[in-house]
Amino acid sequence: MTVKAGKPQSRLDPEPMPRRDFLGLSALWTMAGALLFSALGMLKLPKAAVLSSPSKKFSVTLPETLAAGEAFVPPGRAVAMFRDGEGVHAVSTICTHLGCVVKPTTEGFECPCHGSRFAVDGEVTRGPAPKALAWLKVSNKGGTWVVDEETTVPAGTKETA
Amino acid sequence: MNTPMIEPRSALQVFRDNLLAAPRRLRDAMFRSGKPTTDRTRSTFVFGNVFLHLHSVRTHRWNLRWTTTMGLGIATTAAFLITLVTGVLLMFYYKPYPDAAYDSIKDIHFVVPTGRFIRNIHRWAANVMVVAVILHMARTFYTAAYRRPREFNWLIGMGLFVITLGLSFTGYLLPWDQLAYWAITIGANIAQSPREVTDALNMTEWFDPGGFQRLLLLGSDIVGDEALIRFYLLHVMILPLALVALMAVHFWRIRKDGGMVRPADADGRLESRKEETYPVFTEAPKKTYQLAAIVKGKTSVVNRGPENTVPSMPHLFYAELAVLMLTTLICIGLSLLSDAPLKELANPAVPENPAKAPWYFLGLQEMVAFSAFMGGIGIPSIVIIGLGLIPFLDREEQGTGEWFGGAGGWPLVKQAMVVGFGASILIEALVIRFGWLREWFPAVPQLVITAINPGTVLTLVYALYSVWLVRRYNSTRAGALGLFTVFLCGFVVLTIIGTYFRGPNWEFFWSPADWPGH
Repeated sequence: MTVKAGKPQSRLDPEPMPRRDFLGLSALWTMAGALLFSALGMLKLPKAAVLSSPSKKFSVTLPETLAAGEAFVPPGRAVAMFRDGEGVHAVSTICTHLGCVVKPTTEGFECPCHGSRFAVDGEVTRGPAPKALAWLKVSNKGGTWVVDEETTVPAGTKETA
Repeated sequence: MNTPMIEPRSALQVFRDNLLAAPRRLRDAMFRSGKPTTDRTRSTFVFGNVFLHLHSVRTHRWNLRWTTTMGLGIATTAAFLITLVTGVLLMFYYKPYPDAAYDSIKDIHFVVPTGRFIRNIHRWAANVMVVAVILHMARTFYTAAYRRPREFNWLIGMGLFVITLGLSFTGYLLPWDQLAYWAITIGANIAQSPREVTDALNMTEWFDPGGFQRLLLLGSDIVGDEALIRFYLLHVMILPLALVALMAVHFWRIRKDGGMVRPADADGRLESRKEETYPVFTEAPKKTYQLAAIVKGKTSVVNRGPENTVPSMPHLFYAELAVLMLTTLICIGLSLLSDAPLKELANPAVPENPAKAPWYFLGLQEMVAFSAFMGGIGIPSIVIIGLGLIPFLDREEQGTGEWFGGAGGWPLVKQAMVVGFGASILIEALVIRFGWLREWFPAVPQLVITAINPGTVLTLVYALYSVWLVRRYNSTRAGALGLFTVFLCGFVVLTIIGTYFRGPNWEFFWSPADWPGH
C-alpha cells in the first residue's frame, strides 16, 4: 500500500503501517511471548512433584513396661508415644518453631535449638514456638500401633486397644 | 646502485633464527606495548589488557591514600578468588550425596595430600570475605560514597553482600555433619516461617508462600539427598555465577559513575609533589575532550589537566597486589592456626545442642529465638530495604568523600554508637532476666508476639532514633549516619551474645564452662 507523500494525515485516517514493519513487529513479539512462556515452564522444574522422603506411616510395638506419662520414642522417628488408662496417643516431636527435634521430659517437651518448652499435651509454655506440638493419628492393628505422621488429630484424641 | 651484498641465507638458517627468536616473538605478540617504562607504554599496559582495562590508565593520588578505601573492596575480591581456587580443588574429591559427602570430607581432611590445608583456606577465606564485605560496606557508607551518581552501584553492592552470605550458608550444609544438618534444618524452616503468620490467620491451606519456599529450597519435605544436591548446585554454580556477573557490573560502574569518590577539595588538600605529577598536557586540552560531550556528567579530566594523578601501572596495581598478598597471608595464617570443624555424621533424630549457625548468622539466630518470621524474614527485609533506600533519601552533597561527612559527623556517630549498643544490650538483658510476653501472659496470641517481640521493639527504637536525628540536625545525612550506626551496633551485640553467651537450649550462660554436661 502506498501513501501519497505530502498528503496530510488526520487521527481518523492515520498513515497505515507498512506491511514489512507489521510483519517484523509481529515476529518479534511472537518470539518474546514464546520465550516468556518457555521460561515460565522451565521455572516449574525445580518444584518437586514427587517427594523422595520415606513413608510417613510406620508401626510400633509399645514395650509392656511403659508407664503412664512415660514417653516412648520409636528409633529414628520424631514421635513420642504415650499410654495411659484412656488409651494410646502420639505427639510429634518436631518443634513448631524451626523444626528441631524436641526432647520429652517429665514436665513435657523442651527444644534444644531456641529454648521452646511444651506441656505434656503439646501446648507451648514458653519460648518462640508459634503453636502447639501436633497430635498424630494412631490406629490399632492387631497388637501393634500404626502411626501416621501426615495426619494430625485434635489434642486429647486417644486410641484404645 | 651501491647496495651492499647480502649473503643469501639458507632456509635452514632462517628456520634456526626463527626458532631462536620464537620466545621473544611470542612475548611481543602477547604484550604488544612492551615494558611499561614510559607514560605511553604504561597506558597501553592498562587498556591493552583485558583483565586490567577495568582500571583507568591514571589514578588520582587521593584514591591511593590508605584512608580512602583501606583496600577493603580488593580484599573482598581477593578472598573470593581464594575461595574460587580452593573450592575447585575441593570439588575433585567432594561427593554431593548424604553420608558419602561426610566420608569425602573426612577423606579430604585425613587422606588427600594437602586436603586439610586447602579446606581450611577455603573456610577461612569465606570468613574473611564476609568480614571484608561488611567493612567495605561500612567504609562506603561512612564516606557517603553511595550518593548520586553512585546509588545504583550501592544497590549492586547490597546484592553482592546477600549473595556472599548465601554462598557461606549453602557451603555450610555440604559436609553433612551434625552442625550442617541442623543449621540447614533451621534455615529451611526460616524460609517456611511465613506460616507463622498464615497459620495465625488460618489461611495456610490456600496461601502458603512459606511452604513453597521450603519445598523449593529442599526439593522435598525433609533435609535429604535432594536438599544436598540443591545446596551443592547453588554453592558451586548458581551463586558464584551470579556473584561474578554482579562483580563485573560493580567494578564497571565504579568508573562509569565517575571513579572513586573523593572530596571536592581533594586536590588542595594533597601536598604538592610536582616531580611525580607533572602535567601530561602542557596547555589546556581543547579538541581532545570534545568527545566528553557525549558522556553524561563530569569526567575526571574535563577542563583540568590530569595533575595529581599518577600512572595506574605501577602505583595502583602494586597497591592492589599488596592487598591481595596480605589477604592470602591472613587466610593461610588462620588455616595453619585453626582447622575447619567437622562434627559427627548428620543424625536427623538428635539435634546438635546448641545448634549454632556460622557466627555471622548468630545475630539472626538470636532474633529468630524471639519470632521465627520476624527474626528470620521480617526484620532482615526491613534492614535490606532500609539500606537500599538510603541513597535515595539522603540527597545532600556536603561532605561526600569525607569520613563521617566531615566535622560534626564523628561525635554524631559516637552518640549513635552509645544508643545502638545501649538499646540492644538493655533489651537483651530485659529478655534474659524477665522473659517476654509468653512468660508473662501465657494466653497471648501468636500474632501479638510476632508483631511485638524484642527484635521488632529494637528495630522500632532504632528507627525512631534516626527520625529524631533528622529533626534534631535538620539533615537527612544525620539520620542515615545514625540509622546505619545503630543497626551495625545491634548486629554486633546480637552476634556476640549468640556466639559467646548462648548454650544448650539457647539459654544464657556467662561462659561455656558453665554449660551443663550432656
